[in-house]
Amino acid sequence: MKANNTLMRADRSASLLWRRHICDKLATGLSWLGMLIVVFMLGSILWTLFKNGLAGMSVHLFTMSMAAPGQPGGLANAIVGSLIQTGLAILIGAPAGLMTGIYLAEYGTTSRMARIVRFVSDMLLSAPSILIGLFIYMMLVVPFGHFSGLSGAVALAILAMPIVVRTTEDMLRLVPVAMREAGIALGAPKWRVILFICVRAVRAGIMTGVLLAVARVAGETAPLLFTSLGNSEWSLDLGRPMASLPVAIYQYAGSAYQDWMQQAWTGALLVTLGVLIINIVVRVGTRGGRS
Amino acid sequence: MEIPARQSLPAMKKAPSQQGGQKGDPAFRLLVTATGVGVLVVLGAIIAVMVSGGWKAFSTFGPGFLVSAVWNPVTQHFGAAAPVFGTVISSALALLVAVPLAFGTAFWLTALAPPSAAAVIGMAVQLLAAVPSIIFGMWGFFVVVPVVAHYVQPAARQLLGHVPGLSALVAGAPFGTGLFTAALILAVMITPSITAVMRDVFLSMPTVLRESGYGLGATRWEVMRHVVLPWSRQGVVGGIVLGMGRAMGETMAVTFVIGDSNHIGWSLFAPANTIASLIALEFPESPAGSLKLAALMALGAILMAISFVTLWFSRWLLARGEQAAGR
Repeated sequence: MKANNTLMRADRSASLLWRRHICDKLATGLSWLGMLIVVFMLGSILWTLFKNGLAGMSVHLFTMSMAAPGQPGGLANAIVGSLIQTGLAILIGAPAGLMTGIYLAEYGTTSRMARIVRFVSDMLLSAPSILIGLFIYMMLVVPFGHFSGLSGAVALAILAMPIVVRTTEDMLRLVPVAMREAGIALGAPKWRVILFICVRAVRAGIMTGVLLAVARVAGETAPLLFTSLGNSEWSLDLGRPMASLPVAIYQYAGSAYQDWMQQAWTGALLVTLGVLIINIVVRVGTRGGRS
Repeated sequence: MEIPARQSLPAMKKAPSQQGGQKGDPAFRLLVTATGVGVLVVLGAIIAVMVSGGWKAFSTFGPGFLVSAVWNPVTQHFGAAAPVFGTVISSALALLVAVPLAFGTAFWLTALAPPSAAAVIGMAVQLLAAVPSIIFGMWGFFVVVPVVAHYVQPAARQLLGHVPGLSALVAGAPFGTGLFTAALILAVMITPSITAVMRDVFLSMPTVLRESGYGLGATRWEVMRHVVLPWSRQGVVGGIVLGMGRAMGETMAVTFVIGDSNHIGWSLFAPANTIASLIALEFPESPAGSLKLAALMALGAILMAISFVTLWFSRWLLARGEQAAGR
């Protein structure tokens, strides 16, 4: 009887061990599967872009403006329009983000006001970009009576700013107190300590944030539909509708014309490569800097 | 004061302290504080513009705007129910797919992967998050839609088509566009951000807790299930809610694959609309000042309310998780 009992217990513990082992293997397997699916999705997107987009790479794409289907054309105006609007958005959004970040890290810190600003900035970071587009449409397009490249840039600036706020604040918090004290001991006023010691010390980190902001807004489409609208002609006038690569892709991808479709794919490849290369540079760069 | 002494040194003439220390400091403080307050003003203006822009629709249709499923530009009757339904259902379905994927990937990255592989795959996940949404839209339309139309929906119909009660879920012509496809694309889009949050909260757990689990003989899954997950529950839920907020506001990817139809139905494969896709699709035909534009703005205000509440909730959860971690 006693022997039987021990045997049963050993049996049960063996089966328990076996069950735990199976559970672990099952979870491990599913986890591998999840990871592989995610990587497969990225691979599938990149493969689709290269497969469909590479064929359309040509000099014309960069030298000619958009044209009617069947006519020889390129995406030059859309590429330049994207560069202008993204650049202007960063020129507006990055300094604003930098200063808000300085306020949060150096002046507001844990005050009630700073907590609200930080929270609102985080909200804007994840807010649907289409809302920003509608907002700028009501603020800058309806009053002036026409779509404009400038309003597109302002919409993108609102999207770029929270990213810079977040990185600036995080980076400034990493600056050792001793460095600030050294500056103050030398008789420098606080604003000089902040700008020329703290911000300078972490300028690489802040640049990271600015580059991520560039990558984020360069591919934005939804807000531009309501603000800069898109333009099939060559135009550098910020007061008129301005073409952009994402909007051009959107117009062309929904069309039924073979050559437009081809240009949509090639444009998509360009945007994605640009955005991903910025991301890779930033992430590899910061990882090297940290270690 | 030793200022005269310092001024006697020529090299010190342009010393920082003399370039407006007394005036510079308050001015700089005012400048950065004003920019900080500017952020609040922007949000306030967004809320004000959305609500005032949609006011005409709210006042014309009253509370019925929220429950009416009619969207008829010809008779000028607009209701928010269909796009709100599409937004909620597509995001919920997307979460059903994305949460297991993200959890599996985060588990793999934090517990199973060798460090070098984790760095590479972690980077790949981040890159997937960086892909512009319009690219997801094109990929979805040209790659995922045909797969759904030719394989997924016929298979689902064969499986569930004769089951009473469930057959309605798979009814309809196999277009390939619709709620199900939109949810799939959304899932792929939000998986990286949920993964990133999960990985961060898993990694922020003190190593000693994890090691104690292993020391007691627990398997990796048991450590995850009984040590890591309970410890990081709030952060994980916060990440999931954040992903849901992203999914509800996503525009371009959904616009390509949702099918553009303002009907509320049981079928997962039927064309539908989300708030964001409806705004993007109908906006070109909505002149400034029209009732239709007001209806779109009102939808925008609803989307804003939904996503801000969601984001607020996720921030609150994540902050509470961080607080618990600090203890």
